[in-house]
Amino acid sequence: MAQVLLENVTKNYGKLEVVHGINLDIAHNEFVVLVGPSGCGKSTTLRMIAGLEDISAGDISIGGQIVNDMPPRDRNISMVFQNYALYPHMTVRENLGFSLQIAGKPPADISRAVNEAAGILSLNDYLDRKPSELSGGQRQRVAMGRAIVRHPDVFLFDEPLSNLDAKLRAQMRVEIKKLHQKIQTTIIYVTHDQVEAMTLADRIVIMRDGNVEQQGTPNEVFERPVNTFVATFIGSPPMNLLPGRVTGGVLVFAQGFTVPVPQSFIDLVSEGQEIIFGFRADNMMPEEHALNMDEASPAIEMAVIVSEPLGTETLLYTDLAGQEVQAKMLKPRPVADGEVLTFHLDLAQCHLFDAKTQNTLR
Amino acid sequence: MDINHQHRLKTRIGAGLRHITLFIAMSIICIPGLWIVLNSFRPTVDIMAKPPVWVPRGLNLDNYRAMFGGAGEGGVPVVQYFTNSLIISVTSTVIAILIGMAGGYAFARYRFRGKSAIFIGLLLTRAVPGVALSLPLFIVMAKTGLIDTHVGLIMVYVAMNVPFTIWLIDGFFRQVPPDLAEAAEIDGCTRWQAFWKVEFPVAKSGVASAGIFAFLTSWNEYALASQLTRSTFSKTMPVGLRDFTSEFTINWGGMCALAVLMIIPALILTFLVQKHLIAGLTFGGVKG
Repeated sequence: MAQVLLENVTKNYGKLEVVHGINLDIAHNEFVVLVGPSGCGKSTTLRMIAGLEDISAGDISIGGQIVNDMPPRDRNISMVFQNYALYPHMTVRENLGFSLQIAGKPPADISRAVNEAAGILSLNDYLDRKPSELSGGQRQRVAMGRAIVRHPDVFLFDEPLSNLDAKLRAQMRVEIKKLHQKIQTTIIYVTHDQVEAMTLADRIVIMRDGNVEQQGTPNEVFERPVNTFVATFIGSPPMNLLPGRVTGGVLVFAQGFTVPVPQSFIDLVSEGQEIIFGFRADNMMPEEHALNMDEASPAIEMAVIVSEPLGTETLLYTDLAGQEVQAKMLKPRPVADGEVLTFHLDLAQCHLFDAKTQNTLR
Repeated sequence: MDINHQHRLKTRIGAGLRHITLFIAMSIICIPGLWIVLNSFRPTVDIMAKPPVWVPRGLNLDNYRAMFGGAGEGGVPVVQYFTNSLIISVTSTVIAILIGMAGGYAFARYRFRGKSAIFIGLLLTRAVPGVALSLPLFIVMAKTGLIDTHVGLIMVYVAMNVPFTIWLIDGFFRQVPPDLAEAAEIDGCTRWQAFWKVEFPVAKSGVASAGIFAFLTSWNEYALASQLTRSTFSKTMPVGLRDFTSEFTINWGGMCALAVLMIIPALILTFLVQKHLIAGLTFGGVKG
């Protein structure tokens, strides 16, 4: 059982505080993804859990044991690095067996564990090669193999897929998910890619500037973002945000564009309040190319500036209240640039944020 | 004329010119060395002949026989000199490499106050010509009683080599990603094990090339050694060359024979670690 607990964990570099007292409670066998833009402190947090960085204040415990001052080797963790960090002077077999050899395990045990890991990751044909003779995807698998041979309590992944091309990345994403099903271990995974976060995580932790902005299941953070940062960070394309004001029971935006206040927010707004109205491309669709809407807005006529056909759907870039927004067309047909279409917003799926605090009104 | 033919001709002429230039350059570099080897095998008459005798004739081992012979026959304590050179060069190289590794690793991995100033300071010491230090060194060694000892010369060579070994090894450790040591620590190594099992093997060609440079510097050094050694028990081979000069004559043949003996170990060592040496040299060329 390896629960990982972070209590008020802080990291300073001199006077600069980069992680501001974060709290995380990661259950045994949970797959948690730390996600955020570069410089948000997610990698630093992971390195503190690994023991590669000292913590400036707070407590980290793994499996109920406080590990603040414990060196990495005593924490029974494994880590996969962004650039793989394979030992270039050793063969794949030696790379995989290194930790067991250091631990003084008998050669027969090492050999068995290496073969088992190689089997799981289909590395059997490459055991006698050096890392320099492997492709990016194979190196990635060796790095994961090196992590699993030890049967650690916790797996740490530091942006493991960011050096791979798009196709391989999608493939390795699935492999990592399968690996988690097979080995049933706590995984903490750092990435800046929200797609990786959404697809892999049991729980996503979104970080910005050394703080945790929100944590929850992928659906929770997607459907109920707590602020405009999370709203635009999670989901692709990012959520459209329009600044406006509550006037006479409707939302009024630039150029006189108005929308009724969504039902779920009626009791939460006050007259004259400055708000930010958020909606995703999926919630603004042209007539006859839309899903059934729970709470459709009045028709909005807009000219398409650019269309991006994606096969099963087409992204439409249009201008709404003086701002470029994205809408989505299902069952797409060819759209000419400048063509005027009639759109509806699904108000039940829309969000309202306070203009000052940027936090959700919900 | 066909334009392809024209270009082919140009390429061939270019290649020919390149070969001639290279031949001249290599001659300038190699002929003095070859002349020493040649002279070590021939009598003084041929060595001193004017005009020079280009085509070797009557080669023999007389100079070598005399050198290893008794004192009265022009002999010098070659074996003793060789042993002195070996002890001094190897010991000073080993020490310089150990210090160089510690220093190079610290410069490559750690941040500390005054780091770049210290680094530049180390390199500046290389700008001082060794001979300029001979008098102060002589006084210090005389006062401490280290004149005419192995230890004295070893200390001098360590001081001469350390800045260079630090500089070279620093560059090699810089090329080793810090992630490797971190991965090793997570795999269960102590900091010390991570260094010896992962970082050192990866950077070892750099350490080897620094070692060769340090060894050759000590092995070939003459100016300081000639000041700081007196007796047979501490003279190195370059200093031993002077045994062949007397008041009125210079035994060129004997001197060349000893010089050849001096070159051989350096040559063998260079061939053995040629690969590392080239890595070290070319690396120095691109170091930022």
